[in-house]
Order: sequence, then structure tokens, then C-alpha cells
Amino acid sequence: MKYIDEFRDGVTACGVAKQMTLEAKPDRKYNLMEFCGGHTHAIYRYGVRDLLPDNVNMIHGPGCPVCVLPIGRLDMALCLADRDGVTLCTYGDMLRVPGSEGRSLLKAKAEGADIRMVYSAADALKLAHQLPDRQVVFFAIGFETTTPPTAVAIQSAQAQGLENFTVFCNHVLTPSAIANILESPDVRELGTVPIDGFLGPAHVSVVIGSQPYEFFAREYHKPVIISGFEPLDVMQSILMLIRQLNSGRAEVENQYIRAVSRHGNIKAKRIVADVFELRRQFEWRGLGVVPYSALRIKDRFLKFNAEARFNLNYTPAKEHNGCQCGAILRGVLQPIDCKLFATTCTPETPMGSCMVSSEGACAAHYIYGRYQDEAETA
Amino acid sequence: MCLAIPARVSQMLDDDRAIIEIDGVQKEISLALVDDVAIGDFVIVHVGYALGRLDPAEAEKTLELLNAISQTSSETVAS
Amino acid sequence: MSAPQVRTKREFGRPLNFKRGVIELSHGSGGRAMTQLIDELFAKSLANPWLEQGNDQACLELPAGRVAMTTDSYVISPLFFPGGDIGSLAVHGTINDIAMSGARPLHLSAGFIIEAGFPLSDLKQIVESMAHAARAAEVAVVTGDTKVVERGKADGVFINTTGIGVIPEGLHLSGDLAQPGDCILINGTIGDHGVAVMSERTELDFEVSVVSDSAALHDLVRVMVATAPQIRCLRDPTRGGVATTLNELARQSNVGMVIQEAAIPIRPEVSAVCELLGLDPLYVANEGKLIAVCPPQHAQSLVDAMKDHPLGRKSAVIGEVAADPHHFVRMQTAFGGSRVVDWLSSEQLPRIC
Repeated sequence: MKYIDEFRDGVTACGVAKQMTLEAKPDRKYNLMEFCGGHTHAIYRYGVRDLLPDNVNMIHGPGCPVCVLPIGRLDMALCLADRDGVTLCTYGDMLRVPGSEGRSLLKAKAEGADIRMVYSAADALKLAHQLPDRQVVFFAIGFETTTPPTAVAIQSAQAQGLENFTVFCNHVLTPSAIANILESPDVRELGTVPIDGFLGPAHVSVVIGSQPYEFFAREYHKPVIISGFEPLDVMQSILMLIRQLNSGRAEVENQYIRAVSRHGNIKAKRIVADVFELRRQFEWRGLGVVPYSALRIKDRFLKFNAEARFNLNYTPAKEHNGCQCGAILRGVLQPIDCKLFATTCTPETPMGSCMVSSEGACAAHYIYGRYQDEAETA
Repeated sequence: MCLAIPARVSQMLDDDRAIIEIDGVQKEISLALVDDVAIGDFVIVHVGYALGRLDPAEAEKTLELLNAISQTSSETVAS
Repeated sequence: MSAPQVRTKREFGRPLNFKRGVIELSHGSGGRAMTQLIDELFAKSLANPWLEQGNDQACLELPAGRVAMTTDSYVISPLFFPGGDIGSLAVHGTINDIAMSGARPLHLSAGFIIEAGFPLSDLKQIVESMAHAARAAEVAVVTGDTKVVERGKADGVFINTTGIGVIPEGLHLSGDLAQPGDCILINGTIGDHGVAVMSERTELDFEVSVVSDSAALHDLVRVMVATAPQIRCLRDPTRGGVATTLNELARQSNVGMVIQEAAIPIRPEVSAVCELLGLDPLYVANEGKLIAVCPPQHAQSLVDAMKDHPLGRKSAVIGEVAADPHHFVRMQTAFGGSRVVDWLSSEQLPRIC
């Protein structure tokens, strides 16, 4: 695969790893947060951690839209799916996530609800055409990457005068989540979690550009490297972070320059701005309520807003008492520090957000990295 | 994160749509989010939409840089 | 003037309409319609002496040796896919489960559960494909059953096949025999079947020329056990893919496994589809693959023999068995790191993140 396989080359990786070892100062630690689940996934899937110097510590951030969606929002989708005449469509990622009382969309489907997996927002729109007698609701999740396609679908629905298509919008914003982590007391004040720098998102940044991260570099003095999702991209970005930290710099640098510009995709941003506006606040699973961290559908497109059409209200749902996802997402704790990890909380029966998707810190560690714990405790 | 992969545009269709090709796999996608895409361009595809273009020249530069880093380290270690 | 022809009364009025006819509830109710379906389709296509006897059971004489028996039910959507259909799959799958014991498969049964309204043309195609697969494998479908359920109570057609075979004297293969140091082999590219089936599912909306690897593996197994009777275990990595099979064997044998990502054969198209849909090919289904575990000193001769067989051209040694009380399957990645290849928590779904 052109522009994929080249960035997975093991021989080059070996050389980059050696260089990293040469440049990483043995007398300090490098605590780096990869914001995105995509990086978490790459780090585990390709075994990148084995190639990093021991004093480089990767902290897995909250950049997985499935993980951060609060149970209360999923319950709203379940409630919608239970209504007569409603066909709920969503991406495959959401289908298995348990809501309150462990009920998932797949379970609701087994009980008779009409729930369809779609690959694209456009497929949901197509379904609305095919099922004129049903209310087709698109349960939209995702960061800035996934938002523009939803916006296009809403614009098209309006242009086509569709009466039976709505969107249950759960799109969230990356910079607000990064700010929330940097502002959290244990990171900013107590210094218990020294996050020295960030790997910034690849595909989110294709849309929003590198410019939104400049604030973090300036305000919090943390270097940010926009990094591609292939393992060599991750390695190179970590090396770039090591270099910035060694020389005391805190800048935004763009490793994923083959697809990310400073201002991103202006057309996509314009379409998003046409359809969506900021929510005053939104609850993130693991992080709590984060101000101005999500989008809602503008009143101009009210008839396509499922929350308005079906009069849905949000009720926060209770998380498991012992769950440490919040602390894990901020890098305060590691998955294995949580008492529930790999005991009651497993990918089959996830208790907290970090276990619900393979990109979550706990699930990735459970699925790909568990043997290292066994080796250490053996 | 967001699963997206670079793919080559192999055919232009009506209504802002196109066919992309990756190693013998073809898929129809939407070009609604990008302007002026031509056959042969590489685009980043996410949920059936091209999110942006991939710049082959920049990709080559990144690879050259990676190779340079990799070789420097081998030389340093060898010396 | 010619003599008047002696005309026997047609037994069933009009013959079945295989162009436009559909299955009706009466085709499963034990009456004349069912007998007609059996006569004009099943017995005709699958023809063999046992079926011709028309009894409710087949009476078999088996060669000496231990008898291997297995059963499997086939529910697949779509019913027809590149490289096969539910009919050939129901033959290959069950033959393979028998063959993984080292046995020579001999006889199959076939039970059909058909939804009312199912086109007779499709049923005919499926039964003929089943007959063709059985004949090619030199296995007879000796007994069968047909049930029809109301429309909406099944997905077209479900098939169950049971098979028996006889294990050659002295051969003992079992999933609990893998030992640390043993080599792990596979007979070709992974994920072809799963990707071929996905390519037919319209909602995923991609095109690829990969065909299912669905095949009967007993002849390959015959060659393998003749070359290396020391083989410890064989298993076909169907649902859940290679990853699931390796985890099963590791658990059963109380060992761990270490595989090399770079050694695992995979078609570029299969990699690309997996990349596009966010799937891991190690968990994608195969229907013509087997995993073999054998002592290291026999691995080379075994892989050479496999490569000489049409169903083993791309055979490879993909890893080895290790001592590990946790039964982890680990993989050395082509990138240079390592990771666990865990049990699948449930069927893989295409994902966006």
C-alpha cells in the first residue's frame, strides 16, 4: 500500500530507535502523551514501545470518540432505537458499547430494535430514501475528522427536502479536551503528572490544521508534534519531542506534513461551521463536563436535529465506583493501577471508558500488552 | 482516533464522487470536502469521504528524513 | 399405424419449476411435494447408492480404524460469494473438520432448513454445488433431511452437515499435543474467505477480486501425514481466523506461541481491505487453510511437501511453540516490536476509529 507500507518499515525503525537512544538523556524522563487512540493503537499494534528508550513514557490520552462518549448519551440513543418507527444507524464502533445496565445497541437489536451499522453518514442518508415510512436517525460520533461528513449529510438532507432523516449529534472537539487535561489540577498545579509534550492528532489535524495547537505550546510551554498514525511517524515524532525537550523548546511542529497544513481543510471547516455551533458544555466520559467541547446542530437545521425532534433529554448515568478511567486518561494512573483492570473490567465486559474500544488505553493494554505485566510480576 | 488511509483516485464520477484504489481494492467515495481533485491524486479517506490531499513530495521528504536518521544512527553506533 | 404408446401416469403432475418456482411449506411437510423435491433435486444431484435406496438412514460399512465424526451448521450471508456458496462450504467445512484428525473423510449427511419463498433456482444451484464439491472430494452425501419454515423465520437457507471418516492406523493428532520448540505452519494466505464474503455485502461497498479459499483439505492432509506422521496437531482457522485457532491450541496444549508477522502469507488486497475497514486479518475467516504444529526437525520437509500440493503453494513456517503458563500468543511484528495476539472479544465489526 503506497504511503502506508513505507511508514511501517522495520529496518528504518531499528535505526530511528538507535538514534532515539543516542539522543534521549539518561538522567531524565520523557513523559509524552499521545492524545489520539490512533497513536495508542499504532504503539501497541506494531510494538513501538519495545523500540523506545526506557525513559520515554507514553501516556495514552482521551482521543477515542467511543471511549469518551458518556453512558448517558448512549442511553439516549438506546431510548431512540426503542421507539416505534425509528431506524437508528451508526458506525460499527458504537454497537457493542454497554450503556446503563449493560445494554448495548447490539443487544437492543437482538431484542427487536431496528439498528443498522453504516460505514458512512452518506449511507444513513441513503437509508432514509429507501425507508420513507421510517424515521432514520444517524447516531453521529467522532472528532473533527468525522464531523465534516455528518455536516455534508445534513446539508444534503436539507437540499433534498428529506422529512425522515435526523442526526443525533455527539461530535466533540480535540483542543478543548487537551486544554482540559492541561488545566486539570493534578497536571497543572500539583505536578504529579508531568506531561512533557504531546503527540498531536493526525487526521483531526488534516481538517483543523496545526494552528489550533499553537496556543498550547505558547500558554502551557508544552511541545506538540502533529504526528501521522503509522508507526514510523510515531517514532519520528517522539524523536522530535525528545529534541525539543532537550533544547528547552516548546513549539508546534508538523511531522505529518504530507497531509496537514497550518490551516487545515478550509472547505471542510466552512461546511462544519455552516451546520454546527458550539455547545456551552458537554460531558466527556472520564474527563467530566468540559466547557465548549462539543458541537450541536444549528437552529437553521433544526428539523434534522434528533434531540429536538424526539425531545431527548440528557441524564448523566452513574459510572462504576472503582473505575479509574478519569485518572488514566489524564495520565495520573496506568491501566494496571486500576483494581478493576483485567479482573471485572475486560473487553468482553467493559466497566469504564478506556476498555470499551480497542483504542482505549485499558483495552489496548489488555489486548496487546498484557504479557508484559505477567512477565514483570512473574 | 479516526481511521483514515491514503488512496489513489482512479476514476472521477458525477456528483462530487470518485473511485479510489488501494492495492486492487476499489471503493466509491465522496469528494464533497475537497476541491480540484484529479485522477492520480492521493487523498486521505475517512468514512467514505476524502478529507484532504496527500502531498507525495512531502511524503518522500519525510521518508528521506527517516532514512537519514536511521543511517546516521547506524554510522554513529558503528564508529 | 404405430402401436399406441404405453404412458405411465406422471407421478407428480408437473415437474418442479427451477426457473421461477419457490419453496413452499408443503415442500417440507412430508407429503408428495417433499418427495418430489427430494427426487428431482436432492437425490438426482447428490446421486449415490445409499440415497437411491430411499431409506431414512444410510447403512455403512467402514474400513478398520478409529472413526472421526463431526457436525457443523452453516448460516452465511450472502449465500453466494466469489469462490463458492453455502453448498460447497457445507461440504468443505465438514470435510476439513474430519481431516484435521488425520482421517480420510468418507460420508456426509446434509440437513436443510429452508425459508418458504426461497427460489428453487437458488436451491438448485446450492445443491448442485454441494454435489460437485462432494464428488470432487470423493465423499458421498448418504442421508439428508429437509425442513421448510415460514417466511421470515430463517435467512434463506441453513445447512447442517455431519461427517465421518476413518483415521489411518498409528496416527494420533490432537490439539493438546503441541510442545515448546515445535514449529507452527500454515498452508497459504490468510483472510481470503472473510474478505471475499465481505466484498459481497453491499453495505460495505468496496470491490476486490479476492475469491474465497473454500476447499477440501483432506488430500493435502494425506500428503502431510505421509511426509511427517510426527505432526502433533492440525486445525483449520475458520471463524475467528488464525489468531483464534492459535489461542485455542495454546490453551489446549498448555503452552504459549510466538509467531512472526513477516512470515504470515497475506494477499495485498486482503491487507488493503482490512486497512480500509479497520480489521485485523489475523481474525478474518478462512475456509481452505490449516494450521499445523510439528516437531522442528520435520518442519522443513513438511513445508516442502505442502508446497508441492496445489492447496499449499504458499505454505510457510510462521512461528513456534513456547513454554508459557499464561498461554499467550505473541507476535514479533514486522516493525520490530512484539504484542499479544489475544482472543477475539467478539466478531470484528468494521470501525471508523
